Amino acid sequence: MNNPVQIPYSVQVEELTRCFGSFVAVDHITFNVADGEIFGFLGANGAGKTTTIKMLCGLLLPTSGKGFVEGFNIYTQSDQIKQNIGYMSQKFSLYEDLLVRENLEFYGGIYGLDNHTLRQTIETSVMATGLREHLEKLTRDIPVGWKQRLALTCAILHKPKILFLDEPTGGVDPISRHQFWSLIYELAEKGTTVFVTTHYMEEAEYCNRLSIMHNGRIMDIGAPQTLKEKYKQSTIEDVFIQLVKK
Amino acid sequence: MKPRFIAIMQKEFIHIWRDPRSLTIIILLPLVMIFLYGYAITFDIKEIKIGILDQDRSPTSREMVRQLTKSGYFVVTADLHDRSEIEPAFLGRKIVAAVIIPDNFSRDLNTSFRIPVQLLVDGSNSNLATVTINYIKTFFLTYSLQINARLLNAPIDMQPRVWYNPDLKSANFIAPGLVAVIMMLICALLTSATIARERETGTMEQILVSPIRSAEIIVGKTFPYIFLAIIDAIAIVVFAWVVFKVPFRGHPLLFLFFAVVYVYTCLSLGIFISARVKTQQVALMAAQLVTTLPSLLLSGFIFPIVSMPKVLQLISYIVPAKYFLVIIRSVMLKGVGMAALWQPTLFLLVFGTLLLFISVKRFKTNLEG
Repeated sequence: MNNPVQIPYSVQVEELTRCFGSFVAVDHITFNVADGEIFGFLGANGAGKTTTIKMLCGLLLPTSGKGFVEGFNIYTQSDQIKQNIGYMSQKFSLYEDLLVRENLEFYGGIYGLDNHTLRQTIETSVMATGLREHLEKLTRDIPVGWKQRLALTCAILHKPKILFLDEPTGGVDPISRHQFWSLIYELAEKGTTVFVTTHYMEEAEYCNRLSIMHNGRIMDIGAPQTLKEKYKQSTIEDVFIQLVKK
Repeated sequence: MKPRFIAIMQKEFIHIWRDPRSLTIIILLPLVMIFLYGYAITFDIKEIKIGILDQDRSPTSREMVRQLTKSGYFVVTADLHDRSEIEPAFLGRKIVAAVIIPDNFSRDLNTSFRIPVQLLVDGSNSNLATVTINYIKTFFLTYSLQINARLLNAPIDMQPRVWYNPDLKSANFIAPGLVAVIMMLICALLTSATIARERETGTMEQILVSPIRSAEIIVGKTFPYIFLAIIDAIAIVVFAWVVFKVPFRGHPLLFLFFAVVYVYTCLSLGIFISARVKTQQVALMAAQLVTTLPSLLLSGFIFPIVSMPKVLQLISYIVPAKYFLVIIRSVMLKGVGMAALWQPTLFLLVFGTLLLFISVKRFKTNLEG
């Protein structure tokens, strides 16, 4: 039961639906995310992006439909899923009264990393992200761009196969956003699948493939370039507006 | 693999250590309360200010007043000469009570059976008034018996003796109550606030996407508070023993056992609250309402339950602190054992389990929601 079904996809979703009372937040969506892909979920606030991510991360049970993450069933195998995913939300979810180092140690600790592995992993990740000089500072005292980088580092200490990012760059300046995306590319190059939701149009352009969501439904899926050609628009923003207006 | 709850526990200790509010409740509050209740707010009566209107002005009446003040309970702060002086003395807060000794007091003392001595009391502090009336009543009863004994033989000679707290010292009464209140504050108020805080800042969500189990979260988050609550309980008892000479007659291990039972009930209450609230603010307010206030007011800590209105008496039956107070006073002052205390112990266990049972499922879904 616990062996993953052999498939080339990181995420497989079929007719996935979630209702809150009579409100249908996610309405029969179907898509696949390939291993190592950067997959974007573009949509306005309330389009159902966060609900979808929560179902995939095991935070919320679907009302109906099928879903697999890394081959594990989202209904029955959320424990195995949780071991294999990383998650970072717009809120950054850091402890402001903890030192940067203490935040890293904590998030490594809840994945059961032992002290030795934890120290090594922290060492290599702070080198890569440049967090080293901030290690002994209180998290509330570092700039928001650094907080974002710290949140990302915390989310990948346990080396997840797939990383879920829920509007990860909200409230962050363009330069930090750009730096953040270069970190995302590095991760993807090393083979991590990245599933990212956003409502920033220029950010959508960074993705390998994009799913445009509106009112709980997927309007279309494709590479940014393909979508632009298909709808004869010069930017993703125009594609989005055209799809939403329909 | 390192146990995952250790990570939560370590982090929680850091939170407490860096949060002035938690530190205040854990370290400063017990200290302040024990000094306040131990020294300042003593319920023992001493040096009540009284006025004397002695219309007799005889050696006998003066001797009686001397006896009245000899006890140390009263001090004469106004020597009154006329009834008109009484009210200004009350209003100026020079006196709490006035004793009026009639004309011919000494003459009638040996002949009459009814000598009207009037006592006027300031009722604006009703507690003090009641105690004052009782003390003065007792004094005159004793005094009358002394006089009367010469005339007739009093058949009954009542010899009161107070057990377990012979000096009726307030500290003996207050110290156990403080233990109950402080433990409730730490285990119910602080834990419900810390769980609500994680939900508010979104960190709970981040924890829940990890493979950690709810049980590990609860153990990790509550252990630091259990630990500190028990340390506080021991500290208060030791402190009361050293500074206020409050006796400790029971077995220390028995005390520890009851402390653990009470912690369990308090924690269940804390979890019960956090399963129902979403923000720290609401958690704090709810905890004040369900834990702090009842523990202070309805537990018998300060106000005796028997003298409360019927409704409040009924409510007091579900105040855990009430049961713990019975237990801890018995253990500290009477030195009784398990056998005499199984009933309140059983209540605490059943009440805690019940709360935990109805909270856990809701707690889990609320963690996620």
